[in-house]
Amino acid sequence: MAYSDKVIDHYSNPRNVGQMDKSSDEVGTGLVGAPECGDVMRLQIRVNPETQVIEDAKFKTFGCGSAIASSSLATEWVKGKTISEALTISNTDIVKELALPPVKIHCSVLAEDAIRAAIGDWKKKNHVAEGAEVAVAAH
Amino acid sequence: MSAQAFGTDLIVAESKTPLPEGVHLPLYMDNHATTSMDPRVLEAMLPYFTGVYGNAASRNHAFGWEAEAAVEKAREQIAKLIGATAKEIIFTSGATESNNLAIKGVAQMYKERGNHIITQATEHKAVLDTCKRLEKEGFEVTYLQVQPDGLISLDDLKAAMTDKTILVSIMYANNEIGVIQPIAEIGKLCHEKNVIFHTDGVQAVGKVPVNVQAENIDLLSLTAHKIYGPKGVGALYVRRRNPRVQLTEQINGGGHERGMRSGTLNVPGIVGLGKACEIAGEEMEAESKRLTELRDYMKAKFENALDYVHVNGNMDHHLPGNLNMSFVYVEGESLLMGINDIAVSSGSACTSATLEPSYVLKALGLGDDVAHSSIRFGLGRFNTKAEVDYVADKLITTVIKLRELSPLYEMVKEGIDLSKIEWAAH
Repeated sequence: MAYSDKVIDHYSNPRNVGQMDKSSDEVGTGLVGAPECGDVMRLQIRVNPETQVIEDAKFKTFGCGSAIASSSLATEWVKGKTISEALTISNTDIVKELALPPVKIHCSVLAEDAIRAAIGDWKKKNHVAEGAEVAVAAH
Repeated sequence: MSAQAFGTDLIVAESKTPLPEGVHLPLYMDNHATTSMDPRVLEAMLPYFTGVYGNAASRNHAFGWEAEAAVEKAREQIAKLIGATAKEIIFTSGATESNNLAIKGVAQMYKERGNHIITQATEHKAVLDTCKRLEKEGFEVTYLQVQPDGLISLDDLKAAMTDKTILVSIMYANNEIGVIQPIAEIGKLCHEKNVIFHTDGVQAVGKVPVNVQAENIDLLSLTAHKIYGPKGVGALYVRRRNPRVQLTEQINGGGHERGMRSGTLNVPGIVGLGKACEIAGEEMEAESKRLTELRDYMKAKFENALDYVHVNGNMDHHLPGNLNMSFVYVEGESLLMGINDIAVSSGSACTSATLEPSYVLKALGLGDDVAHSSIRFGLGRFNTKAEVDYVADKLITTVIKLRELSPLYEMVKEGIDLSKIEWAAH
């Protein structure tokens, strides 16, 4: 199958590869997918507790080129956003940006899941209730 | 060499270095899918497109006689390679048709005797789908499971046989994992039980010695394009004595091929198949030795450079040019993407709607994650040691790079048991 130039670019030069300290309160970790499905993504964010801005993001992905590109792109997009802004990133944005074919849409869904899981983990650690992020961010 | 010894910088640097001598891109190493035609085969075929274009069935003029003589010569060449007689060779459009003719032909011809067929889970779809079709028509099919090394158990086969069993269809060598089944033992067992034995010999004929007499094979499918011949032509060996096997024809027409397969013969293709068989017979010994050495060399390179590599299939009963390896914790399709100037196959089916990996690898009892990580290398007549080095080095570099990206590899290295994690399947 032919890959888009953007998928090839992210695959060849993945952004923000790495690991952050999972136990840190500032770090939210999302681990989604399953080895038997051929896709596992781990996306981590480091959030400023005052501003709720995602100051850093890292990922590692086991999966096809489109899965790697989707998660690499997700780390680029979440960086600098507040967690409420990051929650607005949808899989269709990723599909569009990377020109993913229909058989690869699940890769983008997984990347969206990974963002949500990482934010969810951070909220849990920091006792931020669902929906409460907007009010805090407005300070 | 340590898995951590390479960084991405080195990968970039390597891609700028000139290709080794004798290596040209794209590089073909997928010879189980198909092969490049041998120039000697093409040369033998060329006169039969324009100069000698008669219909081999035209009995009353020289054009027909010449074409017929060429076809009969090819029949001899094929028969010689498999220990048959020329009259036992029926030409078809390829192995899919040969498998259909053999299995449906026996089922329909012998249905009064019984309705039970035995095959195995790792057959090619040309056999499995044909059997599934027959199940819809009321036949009963046993799909034998294979052992973890890919071989069937003769005890399982014996236990599956009933007085209704009319046909056993077990492939000679597997197209994905290259394992060679105990064909002579299966043939012996079938003949003791008066059951017809068909084998899909597509990957084996011309690569390893095949003898239908010594191995008690009654029906054998073969095709030209896996042995450096043209696509679209194949043959079915049909035993004529001890026992004489009869088939219900699947294509009706002018009664060609002793009534078993009507249709004007593809004379140039048949000439090509004959020539391909002749060359394979002459060069098999040297070629299989060379390919076995290259394959073992490649396997050793992977095992020396990488941890968590897994060889799929029994290596003692194995096709010379086949190597199927899982590079665990790296997904196969992403691996292929990293070596996209090299043609090999992956057991991963990330693009399929079901996301199911290879059914052959799953039949070995491999976890889906290991199956997703597999690559099939198919070495052939035209592959060189320089190419093997290039492919192995590039693959190793890509595996190391992708493992730096792999959360699974990192977790395993940290001592985490992946089977204990509750994965959220999507």
